[in-house]
Amino acid sequence: MSEIVLDHITKRYPDGALAVSDFNLAIKDGEFVILVGPSGCGKSTTLNMIAGLEDISDGELRIGGKVVNNAAPKDRDIAMVFQSYALYPHMTVRENMGFALKLAKAPKDVINAKVMEAAEILDLTQHLDRKPANLSGGQRQRVAMGRAIVRDPAAFLMDEPLSNLDAKLRVQMRTQVSRIQRRLGTTMVYVTHDQTEALTLGDRIAVMRSGLLQQVGSPQDLYERPINLFVAGFIGSPAMNFLSGTLEEGKLRTSLGDFPLSDQLRREAESVKAGRQVIVGIRPENFEDATLVSPDLRDKGITFRTTIDVVESLGSDVFVYFTRGRETGVTATELEELARDSGRSETGGSGDSVVARLDAASRVREGGEAELWADARALHVFDPSTGRNLSLSAADGPAAAQ
Amino acid sequence: MAVITPRQRAGWTTANFVVIALALIPVLWLLSLSFKTPAAVVDPSLWPAQWTWGNYSGILTSSQFLRPLLNSIGIGIISTVIAVVLASMAAYAIARLRVPGKSVLIGMALLIAMFPLIALVTPMFTIERALGLFNTWPGLIIPYVAFGLPLGIYTLSAFFREIPWELEKAAKMDGATPFQAFIQVIAPLATPGMVTTAILVFLACWNDFLLAISFTSTIDSRTAPAAMQYFSGGSVFTVPTGPIAAAAMVITIPIIIFVLFFQRRIVAGLTSGAVKG
Repeated sequence: MSEIVLDHITKRYPDGALAVSDFNLAIKDGEFVILVGPSGCGKSTTLNMIAGLEDISDGELRIGGKVVNNAAPKDRDIAMVFQSYALYPHMTVRENMGFALKLAKAPKDVINAKVMEAAEILDLTQHLDRKPANLSGGQRQRVAMGRAIVRDPAAFLMDEPLSNLDAKLRVQMRTQVSRIQRRLGTTMVYVTHDQTEALTLGDRIAVMRSGLLQQVGSPQDLYERPINLFVAGFIGSPAMNFLSGTLEEGKLRTSLGDFPLSDQLRREAESVKAGRQVIVGIRPENFEDATLVSPDLRDKGITFRTTIDVVESLGSDVFVYFTRGRETGVTATELEELARDSGRSETGGSGDSVVARLDAASRVREGGEAELWADARALHVFDPSTGRNLSLSAADGPAAAQ
Repeated sequence: MAVITPRQRAGWTTANFVVIALALIPVLWLLSLSFKTPAAVVDPSLWPAQWTWGNYSGILTSSQFLRPLLNSIGIGIISTVIAVVLASMAAYAIARLRVPGKSVLIGMALLIAMFPLIALVTPMFTIERALGLFNTWPGLIIPYVAFGLPLGIYTLSAFFREIPWELEKAAKMDGATPFQAFIQVIAPLATPGMVTTAILVFLACWNDFLLAISFTSTIDSRTAPAAMQYFSGGSVFTVPTGPIAAAAMVITIPIIIFVLFFQRRIVAGLTSGAVKG
């Protein structure tokens, strides 16, 4: 059991490409930390550096207070679960799980006892003498976890361990991973590109983008107080809606209507003289069918009429899609990047398409007109050039990376 | 797949028969010659009028053939073992490690494989004479290993490339040194590749005539294919056709057994890496 400290960690490849830049993170003993980000953001590289599979170009990595930059993986006392599981095909489940102990020259009865113990946790006892080829995907995944558990390491590193499973199994295993981590109380660093997985599993989440740590915080923190456009767009499903807007004296003009300003935004607005171009973010659940909003809540937001393009009913909620004409053509590189990463490129281009999550009681119809309500308290306002969240005050925002 | 019409089937069957016949008739002829008496050698019939084991008993009791057969087996096995061990290490490095000068190594291997052997015989003869390797086992083993390596490196690196990278990372995480990872994880998985390579290298050594005839002078190191050249007939004027045919059959049989036994392995080995499985 030990804490892992990444102190100004940088990874530069020989060809000059910067994979991870100045990464700072202190992972407490027993903590479950998720590294999340789109593919190519450097999360796996970071994990490999912790594991010792990749050299650290710059900075210091400390595990349990000891600098381990140059220690071989086996001297770091950490276990890793790979995306492909990387089970040894020529060994039985028992041999796979005991391989590390065998290499460490542990006595046979100790190996056996530990393998049995791990097999019981993972419900693998009846499969111990089978080869990985004869196991199902979920069983293989459990063997891979078993191989890590058997070693009783200071920390587990997991590199997208669930991404090869089908959706249903993934959800099951997600809870199992979480349960195992609580039961063992071992520090865990978990890499995923799936923000849902990140939100449901982690004590703390570190969001990365092109080698840079964007924000570290609890799931709630990242969801409610994203530090910039990227985090705001990456965390949450369906993703936050982004509209162009102008910050003017006393109000925020958007295609949905004019929003009143919060104190923080008013300060921001004062700092610039003329109208300031901004990107406004609002989560789908911060909309509601205006007819279902109580009068006193109505004042906390604005209402507007719109034509509904598509209605998706999920039983518990209704998702409605509509488009609003874009007033100004504000674009941000981060938004474009997000769209590319998530594969939802802006198809129309003529306006802002918006998703709203409404109560199931809503009577909105496809193609019909409806009056919707948007919660002004939940607005996020971003600077298009830097991506910074202007609606967060300095005290409000959690400790950010940059 | 398109449906095969009866006509196409007939056509293919005929073609197959022609090809097989072309390949097998010389072998059958050799087989029949090996059972003919010296007087019947000129008889054009494939079926010997009078069967004899004389050719076989003759060569199998003569040290002029037995000793070279032993040389062939010994030199072949030693060359194969050395070549496969070296080739697997080199192939592993090529497939896996970031070694400086990797492309040069691959290029050199290809160069050696492409070089016409006949052009090398004369200089190598001089070198072997100067080094005292002429007419010794090492005198053949060294060139056999050298020419077996490119073949081995190419076949094996294809096999190593197919073994997932993450297995080695996993072994590393489990505490294995690179050597332990190679011996305990990678090598067992590459066994089919190593067997294939071993067979191919052994066949190359076993079949070699050019180097064997050039670098040997006595039966101390002469291999079987070269030794057949020195068979003598009953008199100066008789050509030892029968014994040569019998010897050819004797050295062909192990290969036939080998190939039949490992057929699927060899094909798999030669084509692996061509497409992603």
